[in-house]
Amino acid sequence: MNTWEIVAYLVASFLFITGIKGLTHPRTAVRGNLLSALGMLIAVAVTALHITDIGWWWVIVGLLIGGVIGVVAATRVQMTAMPQMVAIFNGFGGGASIFVAWAELIPNASRISPEQYEQISHYPDTMGLIAAALAGLIGAVTFSGSMIAYGKLQEFKIFWKPWVLPHHQLLNVGLFIATVLAALLVIAFPGGSAWWYLPLVLLALTLGVTLTSPIGGADMPVVIALLNSYSGLAAAATGFVINNIVLIIAGSLVGASGLILTAIMCKAMNRSLVNVLFGKIDASSATATADEIYEGKIKSTSAEEVAMLMDGVQRVVIVPGYGMAVAQAQHAVRDLYQLLEDREVNVEFAVHPVAGRMPGHMNVLLAEVDIPYEKLVEMDTINPTLDTVDVAIVLGANDVVNPDARKDDSPIAGMPIINVDQARTVVVIKRSLSPGFAGIPNPLFANDNTLMYFADGKKAIDDLNTAVKENS
Amino acid sequence: MHHCLMLADTAITTDSGAQLGLLLAILMLAIFVGFEIITKVPPTLHTPLMSGSNAISGITIVGALLAAGAFESGFLTRLFALLAVIMATINVVGGYLVTHRMLGMFRKKG
Repeated sequence: MNTWEIVAYLVASFLFITGIKGLTHPRTAVRGNLLSALGMLIAVAVTALHITDIGWWWVIVGLLIGGVIGVVAATRVQMTAMPQMVAIFNGFGGGASIFVAWAELIPNASRISPEQYEQISHYPDTMGLIAAALAGLIGAVTFSGSMIAYGKLQEFKIFWKPWVLPHHQLLNVGLFIATVLAALLVIAFPGGSAWWYLPLVLLALTLGVTLTSPIGGADMPVVIALLNSYSGLAAAATGFVINNIVLIIAGSLVGASGLILTAIMCKAMNRSLVNVLFGKIDASSATATADEIYEGKIKSTSAEEVAMLMDGVQRVVIVPGYGMAVAQAQHAVRDLYQLLEDREVNVEFAVHPVAGRMPGHMNVLLAEVDIPYEKLVEMDTINPTLDTVDVAIVLGANDVVNPDARKDDSPIAGMPIINVDQARTVVVIKRSLSPGFAGIPNPLFANDNTLMYFADGKKAIDDLNTAVKENS
Repeated sequence: MHHCLMLADTAITTDSGAQLGLLLAILMLAIFVGFEIITKVPPTLHTPLMSGSNAISGITIVGALLAAGAFESGFLTRLFALLAVIMATINVVGGYLVTHRMLGMFRKKG
């Protein structure tokens, strides 16, 4: 390894940092991502200098298989399926860490010339063994956890109900202890590390499954962000195994990024990370039942009635939720947006930080259908102005607009919400009165200024568009 | 530790404690840099941030290439490394491409 290679790895690290910095604004984001990709290309090109004759075949086969799968998956995926795509890519990152560390543990796995070979011992030292054990542990939890997250987001039938085993938390603790013991064996017996690594990985894979499987629904953004962080930490640990600074820098950047996103998601639900991962919302503490709240107060409406409401309005706010993604209603929403904007109505979108199944999920769907960036307004910005809104349309969102969050005795007390109930009229588009993820009734539906428009999200907006056109 | 990388060369002459300290210092500083930049990313761009940083975590590809392509690697090492190369490449290529697709949607009316 010469100075130029060190410089090249540092340039790559610099490009990763600059690249992420570019993501702070939509104008610079595309360039940022390209810079980051350039950094990766440089890191790979410099590393390729170490590949020798027969090694090339292995490397080329691996790059081809991985490259083709990556390109096909990334270009075919629908925007609505983005959360599961991110989850699965993430899992592969963790999986790669498992195998790199494993390959390092196998005796004679040296990447040196025959002359150097005589000078240096072949086994990793204690630091390398600790790092390898960590890379295996975190990498395996990331891999299996991400695959479970993928299955849940893809809504495979076996994941429809969260898997909760008897004494689930006890099981997690036991598995964790066993995994740490296996890691200690890897470190304690350098000669047999490569063997002890197998039980370590198997236990950690199981742990990833049991940690992720009980979590679902609206808590998924936290899980996805956390697994993202883990994949970075696994890469950083792998960096310690092979003494490579570019892995350490890039890995810890990603680790930090995932942790911040995790914290933001938790804050947006006013829950601690521990509560999201191991607890659940206690819906039974809700003070009133659905019947008491809804009885005789629900006003049902139709496309025609809502279209009439839209006559002469100046300001409309749409609050999208996961229901919009499920119904694939984003294109219909865009048409509605265009119809209203053509009549000089100011239409904005109020996006809650945890709406959807991953951080920023709603923004991606709305950007897909060409809603201008500045029309996507953050919760904190739009909340103080909601009392000047003529009509607020809640599309497939529930808990994030539940005014009970402002009450101290509610199960979701303290969760920041979008204050749609302050708008002059609220139209809630929903298939039924069924509760959201928190499992509690929503008094918003029973408010005097709320109209319930019971329908599938896409059909509802399509019908509304037709009615608005007929009215004009 | 054996082999190739940058700090490993100096490690032959200095003690490994100093080397570990240096690597840990790099780790700490990189985490700080990460926290500093990422808190400035607006919620609208959280998904591209996640998939973009996810692609960066595919940097493990460097370790995978070293293990797969090295002079002295045995068959089992190369096999494990091959699996690592495949997975890391999916992560890197897929991650950057999908991020590029998403960002393209944000930009066209920006």
